[in-house]
Amino acid sequence: MRVDGYGRIDRSRTLGFTFDGRSYTGHPGDTLASALLANGVHRIGSSVTLGRPRGISAAWSEDATGLVQVEEPFPEPMLLATTVELVDGLVARGLGGQGRLAEVADTARYDRMHHHVDTLVVGAGPAGLLAARAAARRGERVALLDDRPEPGGSLTGTERIDGRPSREFVADVVAELATHPEVAHLQRTTAFGRYDDGFVLALQHRTDHLGADAPRTLSRQRVHRIRAGRTVIATGAHERPIVFADNDRPGILLAASARDLLHRYGVLAGREVVVFTGDDAAYAAAVDLADAGAAVTVVEARPQAPAHWAGAAADRGIPVLTGSLVAGTEGAPGDGRVSAAVVTGADGARTVLGCDLLAVSGGWNPTAHLFSHVRGTLAYDPALGAFRPGEDLDGVAVVGAANGTLDLAGCLREGASGERPPSADGEPERTPGAIVWRVEGPHDRQFVDVQRDATVADIARAVGAGMRSAEHVKRYTTIGTAHDQGKTSGVLASAITAELLGVPIEDLGTTTFRPPYTPVAFAALAGRERGQLFDPVRTTALHAWHVGAGAVFEDVGQWKRPRYYPRPGEDMEAAVLRECAAVRDGVGILDGSTLGKIDVQGRDAAVLLDRVYTNMMSNLAVGRVRYGVMCGPDGMVIDDGTVLRLAEDRFTVITTTGGAAKILDWLEEWVQTEWPDLRVHLASVTEQWAVFPVVGPRSRHVISRLFADLDVSNDAFGFMCWRDTELDGVPVRVARISFSGELAYEVNVNAWYAPAVWERLLAAGEKHGITPYGTETMHVLRAEKGYPIIGQDTDGTVTPHDLGMAWAVSKKKSDFIGKRSFSRAENTDPLRKQLVGLLPTDARTKIPEGSQVVEFCPDGALPAPPVPMLGHVTSSYRSAALGRPFALALVKGGRQRVGDVVHVPVGDALVPAEITSSVLVDPEGNRRDG
Amino acid sequence: MQLIRCPWCGPREEVEFHYGGQAHVAYPDDPAALTDEQWARYVFFRDNPKGAFAERWSHSAGCRRWFNAVRDTRTYRFLAVYKPGEARPEVAS
Amino acid sequence: MADTLHRSPVLRHREDAFARLPEGLEIVAEPDVALADLRVPEGAVASATGVVGVALPLEPNTWVARPGGQVVWLGPDEWLVSDADERPEALEAALRAAVAPHDGAAVDVSAQRTAVRLRGRHARALLATGCALDLHPSVFGAGRSAQTTLGLVGVVLLALDDRGEDYRILVRPSFAGYLADWLLDAAVEFEPPGPAAAL
Repeated sequence: MRVDGYGRIDRSRTLGFTFDGRSYTGHPGDTLASALLANGVHRIGSSVTLGRPRGISAAWSEDATGLVQVEEPFPEPMLLATTVELVDGLVARGLGGQGRLAEVADTARYDRMHHHVDTLVVGAGPAGLLAARAAARRGERVALLDDRPEPGGSLTGTERIDGRPSREFVADVVAELATHPEVAHLQRTTAFGRYDDGFVLALQHRTDHLGADAPRTLSRQRVHRIRAGRTVIATGAHERPIVFADNDRPGILLAASARDLLHRYGVLAGREVVVFTGDDAAYAAAVDLADAGAAVTVVEARPQAPAHWAGAAADRGIPVLTGSLVAGTEGAPGDGRVSAAVVTGADGARTVLGCDLLAVSGGWNPTAHLFSHVRGTLAYDPALGAFRPGEDLDGVAVVGAANGTLDLAGCLREGASGERPPSADGEPERTPGAIVWRVEGPHDRQFVDVQRDATVADIARAVGAGMRSAEHVKRYTTIGTAHDQGKTSGVLASAITAELLGVPIEDLGTTTFRPPYTPVAFAALAGRERGQLFDPVRTTALHAWHVGAGAVFEDVGQWKRPRYYPRPGEDMEAAVLRECAAVRDGVGILDGSTLGKIDVQGRDAAVLLDRVYTNMMSNLAVGRVRYGVMCGPDGMVIDDGTVLRLAEDRFTVITTTGGAAKILDWLEEWVQTEWPDLRVHLASVTEQWAVFPVVGPRSRHVISRLFADLDVSNDAFGFMCWRDTELDGVPVRVARISFSGELAYEVNVNAWYAPAVWERLLAAGEKHGITPYGTETMHVLRAEKGYPIIGQDTDGTVTPHDLGMAWAVSKKKSDFIGKRSFSRAENTDPLRKQLVGLLPTDARTKIPEGSQVVEFCPDGALPAPPVPMLGHVTSSYRSAALGRPFALALVKGGRQRVGDVVHVPVGDALVPAEITSSVLVDPEGNRRDG
Repeated sequence: MQLIRCPWCGPREEVEFHYGGQAHVAYPDDPAALTDEQWARYVFFRDNPKGAFAERWSHSAGCRRWFNAVRDTRTYRFLAVYKPGEARPEVAS
Repeated sequence: MADTLHRSPVLRHREDAFARLPEGLEIVAEPDVALADLRVPEGAVASATGVVGVALPLEPNTWVARPGGQVVWLGPDEWLVSDADERPEALEAALRAAVAPHDGAAVDVSAQRTAVRLRGRHARALLATGCALDLHPSVFGAGRSAQTTLGLVGVVLLALDDRGEDYRILVRPSFAGYLADWLLDAAVEFEPPGPAAAL
């Protein structure tokens, strides 16, 4: 019920909402939980395995029970009713421990923001506010984060600080912070993880409280990535429940939460209240609830009530049953709400106290999660009956209740960080609490983790099964693994485990806290990196042209490369056969700009290349091009490509598209770390040069037409030569390199001019039927010639010899990277897998890439399982030139098997295929000169 | 997200860096003179100590320079960074 | 001459979107200029001064103005030299002639990076949504530069003023379209009613 004169909600406005299909009203400032309790709704859902009624057990994120599914305005599962701010039109329903993902796309925005501060303060309670103010006054860059909608922490407004109501103190500090331009003060922002070097992640709910009015331009949630010189943890403490029989009913609340509901939302969560405590703080709840009109009885575990509070209780006619324990509860039919507390008195007598609210306080657990996230060890504090930060960490201060300091005066003093602390006027002195974790009773109805339906009996089973550590018990029982990650159950689990094991709790310890402190949606972690921004897309200077030409794109690393250019009615196979035929019969053109290019410059450039290529580069003449292979020290091929010698002291190294960054890094690694004495410099020019291979028997006509100054005759411009020319004054480099076996000219130009030069080439080739082709055609053409693709036909276990490229391995050089490994026994084994061609004997079947190669016994049957694998298919295409499908494969001892028929399992069939040379088209090399 | 101090660029987030394995493993002067086992030791074998370990790192998303670091493999803490060619500094782990 | 072979600015298809940015943000794809990657060994840096027109900046992560452009520190022996007035091949040739005798190097990288200018009072906040570096003007003011990551893209970021309101972002042209889309998406936050509406 709602009580007049209490709460900071805006009663002048009414919000409508729906819960479990019924309509209710609340006010701005309410949470879903406070609005439900104000409407007399106490049962929220049911428990996950036992189906027991469950309500609200705490007023904020430590609530272990009140899970709801929100449907409107924004569908989201598994939220706590206590942390869902009420908005008009909210539709929610209670859950039985499991939610359901929304079936509609999440159209909200999520983003992140980086911050760098001298001091980060987490928690805007009294200690945190003062810590932030002190840092701001020192002129520091400060961030102050707090997870609730408004600052003030546990201050209810009834306290007096420096002679004034505590809310005025809060407002003053907040106002002062706002005058400092270098202070970022964020509410609704939960620091959910602390990491190395002062790094803290925090989640801000930016627009959820605006409901349907939330601007669509703003991110709904934001992950703040904060790098702090110093972190002040002022995160307060969680009140600790006490375990007794049937302690899981709706209407059983933490005492301070019942008080918080009253002062924050004006909600009296029950009229007949039993307060069960061993701690002074619960008396403030008892007194305030009584003042608000409830009939209150205190069940005090200690033999005597603290004098101050005994007087306050007496003034209000609140009975205090000292030396008493709540041992069990009874529940109402219907919503299962608590209807009575079963009390064991000091004399052992059993009393049943009727109640509709059982407010419990077993003391306080410092909220030390952030401290613990980065190796901060926690130590047991017998006065608290809980764990608190147990060591000093560089760059971290823990103040206030998070540090185990439970009185306001102490919190103000620790927060003030050396400044004069404000006074906590009239605060009664705290007296030692009774540490009560559990009241004896039937184990299987004593809930430790209420959300997980995990009881003392489960801990007993874990201990009985031999579990001896808190971490093992956690995993065996699932205690502490629900949405709340054991905020209220963790210490109890340790205490009860210790009790059952008969060891001191300080010896057992507690589980390690790990991020996130509260659940974080994956959408928030993904931020803006979704949809088209999920991963960078790299495009060449010709991308717009490709799109306009109807290209079908292929992802090659992050690049978008045209795979083929279908004409109307063509599928990939038809388009690729057409493109292949056009190249072999006429002329085609490819956008090869993605090839990696590295400028190698300096008087030791040739020395470097001799060391990193298997073949000799130092004897390459200026104006010439050479194919080369690079290996790792283990002798396995890592990349291949061509090298252009531009000058005595300058080369251009061409790498594969995928190897561009890798090979530059590889070369830099050797130059910087192994051979710093070499006078050589490397620079990526991958994007500097657009590259357009013009390929096919008619390519010479196209090149000579466009570059009139260039003598394109074989004599003047032979295979594996490059020449510089110009087009309208723009330097152009043309190289006779062929990745297809055809006459080919690779046209290189500053990428500024790429579209213009491409268009000129198309125009020059128009009458020759110049055909743009994509990567698929490129792959078919190279495979027909047996040219491997590093990374497709190789997998890091293939030597140049395995590829049939012994010719590319220098015998003259005394050393190069990989050379020593070639003579290792395993690399000279004649049964190593070697690259061969594979022709399906039916001339029809295209064998899937990745298929295994097997061999029949001489009797024509498969060997007994396990059938030995001879190798696998690395590339497979249909060939226009051959008029049939073909494949490349790595096959054990393959070159000695040329002519053999092997079998390839394809689906349920075994496809016979003949092993051939890997070069299937123009093995004599007659076509390269046109 | 640890910070790693590039000797040139200063502290940067660890995602800007690339790990390069054990430092001070020199390429053999004359690989041909080594036995298969000696060569395999160079190619395949690296130390894996518990505690201080000298490693190579590259500031790959920044200045692209390689440097060395001594890191405590128990805590991930960087105890020292130093430039290539410099001797491994004496640091307490 | 070169001008008859037309150039195609990488971000020509994003210009309309740039023109519609909210108040407080301005993004301009800058005209491509000659760029050279300059390598000069320690001890020979003076050999470049004549051609560059200024002393090469030796402090890491800084840039200085030079006639026609700027010089950006990229590494202990590496700089990026820009020149709006020179032809790319001429810039390379001049630098190479100056430093090659001292075992330096120069490479034309004019098309290897393109520049985006980001200005306005929201500029720093926009960058902070995707850049982990401390961009506070007290730390990253005029003359500062950094090779780092913006969103998921490697960039060279230059601070052009001391107010956090003027930056130049150098990016690989192949990534420029993605980066432009990323910047445009980040700018949505600053459309009316603006970030203050969330507080």
